[in-house]
Amino acid sequence: MMLSVRDLSVVFTDRGAPFTAVDRFCLDMDRGEVVGIVGESGSGKSMTAHALMGLIRRSQVTVSGSAVFEGTDLLSLSREELRQYQGRDLSIIFQEPMTSLNPTMRIGKQVEESLRIHEKLSRTERKARALDAMALAGLPDPESVYPQYPHQLSGGMRQRVMIASALVLRPRLLIADEPTTALDVTIQAQILETLKDVNRKEGTAILFISHDLGVVKALCGRVVVMKQGNIVESGAVDDVFYHPKEDYTKLLIASRPARKKLRGGGTDG
Amino acid sequence: MGKALLKRAGLLVGTLLLVSVLAFAAFSVIPGDPTTSVLGAEATREEIAAFRAQHGLDLPVWQRYWSWLAAFVTGDFGRSFKFDMSVSELVATRAQVTLVMAALSFALIVAISLPLGLISARRRGGVVDRLVTVLTQVTMSVPNFIMGIGLMFLFALVLKWFRPEYVPLEDGLGAHLRFMVFPALAVALPKSAMTVKLLRGSILGELGQDYIRTAYSKGNSQSSALRRHVLRNAMIPVVTFLAMAVGDIMAGSIVVEQVFTIPGLGRLLITEIGNRDYPVVQAIVVLLAAVVVGCNFLADLLYRVMDPRIDGK
Amino acid sequence: MVFARQQNSSMPKKPGSWYLTIGTVLTALMLLYIAVGFFWTPYVPSAMSAADREAKPSLRHLFGCDSMGRDVFSRTLEGAGSTLSIALAVLAAGAVCGLAVGALCGYYGGPVDALVMRLCDAIAAFPSVLLALVVLAVTGPGKYNVIGALGVLFVPSFARLVRGEFLKYRDRDFVRSARLMGVSGLRIIFVHILPNTWPVLLSGLTIGFNNAVLAEASMSYLGVGVTPTEPSLGYMLKDAQGYLFTLPWCAIFPAAVVILLILGVGLVGEGVRERIGVAS
Repeated sequence: MMLSVRDLSVVFTDRGAPFTAVDRFCLDMDRGEVVGIVGESGSGKSMTAHALMGLIRRSQVTVSGSAVFEGTDLLSLSREELRQYQGRDLSIIFQEPMTSLNPTMRIGKQVEESLRIHEKLSRTERKARALDAMALAGLPDPESVYPQYPHQLSGGMRQRVMIASALVLRPRLLIADEPTTALDVTIQAQILETLKDVNRKEGTAILFISHDLGVVKALCGRVVVMKQGNIVESGAVDDVFYHPKEDYTKLLIASRPARKKLRGGGTDG
Repeated sequence: MGKALLKRAGLLVGTLLLVSVLAFAAFSVIPGDPTTSVLGAEATREEIAAFRAQHGLDLPVWQRYWSWLAAFVTGDFGRSFKFDMSVSELVATRAQVTLVMAALSFALIVAISLPLGLISARRRGGVVDRLVTVLTQVTMSVPNFIMGIGLMFLFALVLKWFRPEYVPLEDGLGAHLRFMVFPALAVALPKSAMTVKLLRGSILGELGQDYIRTAYSKGNSQSSALRRHVLRNAMIPVVTFLAMAVGDIMAGSIVVEQVFTIPGLGRLLITEIGNRDYPVVQAIVVLLAAVVVGCNFLADLLYRVMDPRIDGK
Repeated sequence: MVFARQQNSSMPKKPGSWYLTIGTVLTALMLLYIAVGFFWTPYVPSAMSAADREAKPSLRHLFGCDSMGRDVFSRTLEGAGSTLSIALAVLAAGAVCGLAVGALCGYYGGPVDALVMRLCDAIAAFPSVLLALVVLAVTGPGKYNVIGALGVLFVPSFARLVRGEFLKYRDRDFVRSARLMGVSGLRIIFVHILPNTWPVLLSGLTIGFNNAVLAEASMSYLGVGVTPTEPSLGYMLKDAQGYLFTLPWCAIFPAAVVILLILGVGLVGEGVRERIGVAS
């Protein structure tokens, strides 16, 4: 088992009464596995991902439970110890590729930042590995993208830059937090293909978070359905998709626009 | 970038010309002949005629403007009505004093506000931050000359750190600067308060951005995220503000010179306004305008260098 | 503590409410103080009393007396009133003209707008104290000249502010529908758009007020503002500077009045900006 999450809870205490965003979340993931978390907005799926990445460590937020990654409980680590994992063993890409990139830093520098933090390499070595990661993320002509700034790229390209910078150290786990939601449909399909490729070629496990069961079905083997911070249903994607037990899951399936269903089926084949 | 800059440069020259026309026109339509205030009421007709001829006052306005402008760009600012010397000579020594003070003020603003803004933003909500917030709000409300009087009272009269007497550059650079630091501080403090506030807000604004979350997810520590990502972005509005502040620094210097009786451009300007010595006043106005407009141009340039997004537009 | 993602909700306490509360209280107190001065001063401000020369602050003379035996409290009351009335007049002149220019330029646009705004940019690039100094050099000192000079110089900044707001609202749906219903341009400007710009205008007015107070006091201090016979905090400070060590109260009290006036109004402006979510 690569990742074993037990009773992960996230409680906000900064708005008067404590608010439980994630309630005793459990998940097991094997190496190279692709698992999806689905739920409507506010279901706690993104919060779960950010908690695993150590991104919501604040004084007004209590994160409890355990998340054992390759034998180490990430949640028990100090901020300083956790930094050794972030970007190296596990990394994350976000929903908004526009704002998730530093507007005044060149693309190449952002892609190789994890290298700079975690490894001592010469400038040329760093650049070579950055270009390699950019090619893996499906960026056409990495050499010419390298010196550009985010505003010069399209949304899809920016998300590929995010993927490249997340993959530059070949982490064992990539958390993808709604990576295609902000993109239009055709780009969405291409990005999903790229993630599939990465999973196949590099054996990177992917925890894919989405509100769209169809997208999850196209990519993941297993799925966890979340509602208001709780897991309501989980299992193999096909089981959940074709034989949903919970009304909530049925609603999620039914609420998908037909247009997306068509495309979701298309990329499945 | 080149085209936009060229446009700005054109605008700069245009603004300066406009200022020079306005300055010239203002002092040409002025009620009351400067000759009477300069030569006195008892001046003979011949004396007045000679004075007018000497300063070209008998020529039409546009002709006077043209010859004045032509001479001005070559560094010849004309002759003073009051003193028997060229304006350039009169202005040069005074300008040096004011420039030292303005440069010192600018340096102080940077030296005071950057660390305070950083600490305040990093320790948001902490004791230091609260203290800084209150102090900046109060300091911002103190006019330069009152700040000058306050500093004079505290440091010259109570603590006796300096004598309230101007020390010229000829007495040595160290002694000169040791005196000038106090008037410069009077100019710098209120502006520093504004800069601290702006920088703090700017840093906090950047810290809330999504790309900072990305930076943390890559394993950046708080200080490296601040250094590598936040600072540059947060400095963009601050640098622009500082370059634009030069105008206020010059204005502040002029007022504070009066407080500390420093023989700079400001004092010259005030006394020569009283003397109706227009060639001097005109020259100072246009020179100050050139500094202000030039710094605004510089602000624009820096902004373009620091923010690659401007380029594409 | 690590702020991976700072949200507004995680702020310990928004200072906005405090700014507005303290600012309003302080401004109200200052206005009350000045209002008293309009109707009553304990002594005739210009009356010299040989017996009270250089008197320390006491119950008889709250703020003490100056070197000529004039009551500093009375003079400060009068001077503050003068400063306030000049600042308000400047603000009224600048705001009304700026509003008209900005509203027309912003609403109608076109080449006139472009030209006027270039001119405004050029003027607004200069600090108002410097410009006022030059204008007063031409017109000579005096209360009304100060008002005129500063008033004119304040037009560009207001015009720019108002224009920006009008640009924002010009193409909103409610304006469009009003236009389609045949409402006249002027009526749209004043009835439909103007009320929406009020918070931004208020914030601009507080900044303008403080600049006016600052400029007036500085001018008078430099001796190019109001004439020496007119009451003025700037003049008092200039006089007091000669006796800074022996009669510090002559400087402290007028200075405090200027600072508190600016501070109070500045805090109100800060509070308004916090509330409408505009960065200062």
